Amino acid sequence: MRICVVVPAYNEEANIASVIQELKTYRQDLTIVVVNDGSLDRTGSIAESTGQAVVLNLPCNLGIGGGVQTGFRYAARQGFDIAIQFDGDGQHIAAEIDKILAPIEADEADFVIGSRFIDDARSSYQSTFARRIGIRLFSWLNSLIIRQHITDNTSGFRAYNRRAFCLLAQFYPVDYPEPEAVILLGKNGFRIREVAVEMRARAGGESSISGLKSAYYMFKVMTSILIAAIRTPVKGFARHE
Amino acid sequence: MNDVLGNILTDRIQIFAVLGSIGMLLFILRLIKRRRLKEEYALLWIIVFVVFTFISFFTPVLNWLAGLVGILYPPSALLLFLIVGIVMILIHYSVVISRLSEQNKKLVQEIALLKHRLGIPFEQEKP
Repeated sequence: MRICVVVPAYNEEANIASVIQELKTYRQDLTIVVVNDGSLDRTGSIAESTGQAVVLNLPCNLGIGGGVQTGFRYAARQGFDIAIQFDGDGQHIAAEIDKILAPIEADEADFVIGSRFIDDARSSYQSTFARRIGIRLFSWLNSLIIRQHITDNTSGFRAYNRRAFCLLAQFYPVDYPEPEAVILLGKNGFRIREVAVEMRARAGGESSISGLKSAYYMFKVMTSILIAAIRTPVKGFARHE
Repeated sequence: MNDVLGNILTDRIQIFAVLGSIGMLLFILRLIKRRRLKEEYALLWIIVFVVFTFISFFTPVLNWLAGLVGILYPPSALLLFLIVGIVMILIHYSVVISRLSEQNKKLVQEIALLKHRLGIPFEQEKP
């Protein structure tokens, strides 16, 4: 199985080299695809200088959705079997990839989410109260729409089989894509699985969602989730076709 | 006396509406002629102003339409139809913008993939 790790990175010059290093140390045969999403710092050149990653430099900032989708396009065209989504900020732990990979390799799922909340006692992940409420709300809404309980809709630590990432290479939400992608794949009949994983507290930089913006974020995501829910399934891709 | 005054007022509204919409129609046609506007985007404007000219010229049609939607003062029905037309054009623009941004995103992604395939390294523009 050829595995491609898509690492979206925007202004991550402080973290990107160690993220690439960690992935390579974890497993030699991974193809690491860093999508430098129009960073204003030296993310692109630092990633290239490691010599261990395919670096796709976007000429302007597309946002996380457009960035990750570039990686899916690459994986689709290069004939990879599995794509893993792994943040460029050092939040995710390479050794945890085993857990999200297993259900795909065993063909028990098409799409696996690494969840921080499946088992609260085991996770050391810290989060603010407001954020937890928001996450609960997404969970409730998404579960209602796809009739499957998903605890961590905003997790960016995910694995996809070829069928799933080829669909996402064509259609991927733009602004806050993680919760919407769950709906998109769920509505198209893909088998979704969630597994408990550990994540680190952020090593450097700031979350893309903070402060007053979070209310607006919530509103925007809720709207796009509802829009995703009323969209018709994608022809030629839906799993039950 | 009041009747005469009333007639002059409605007539004036009619004259302004007809002249205004014919003027706008000519303006749109001129833009198309000079290739400043594509037919695709001009079409809705032309339809809106042709309809607007028509209903402001033929008062009985306007009166009938106003009665149909329950508007007592027919000239204000003109405004309603104009707003409906503008809203339709704005929605059309949203559709066009959505298409353009999707195409734009795809182009940005293709450039990144192409540069990688050609082996062009990241080019720093900062000092």
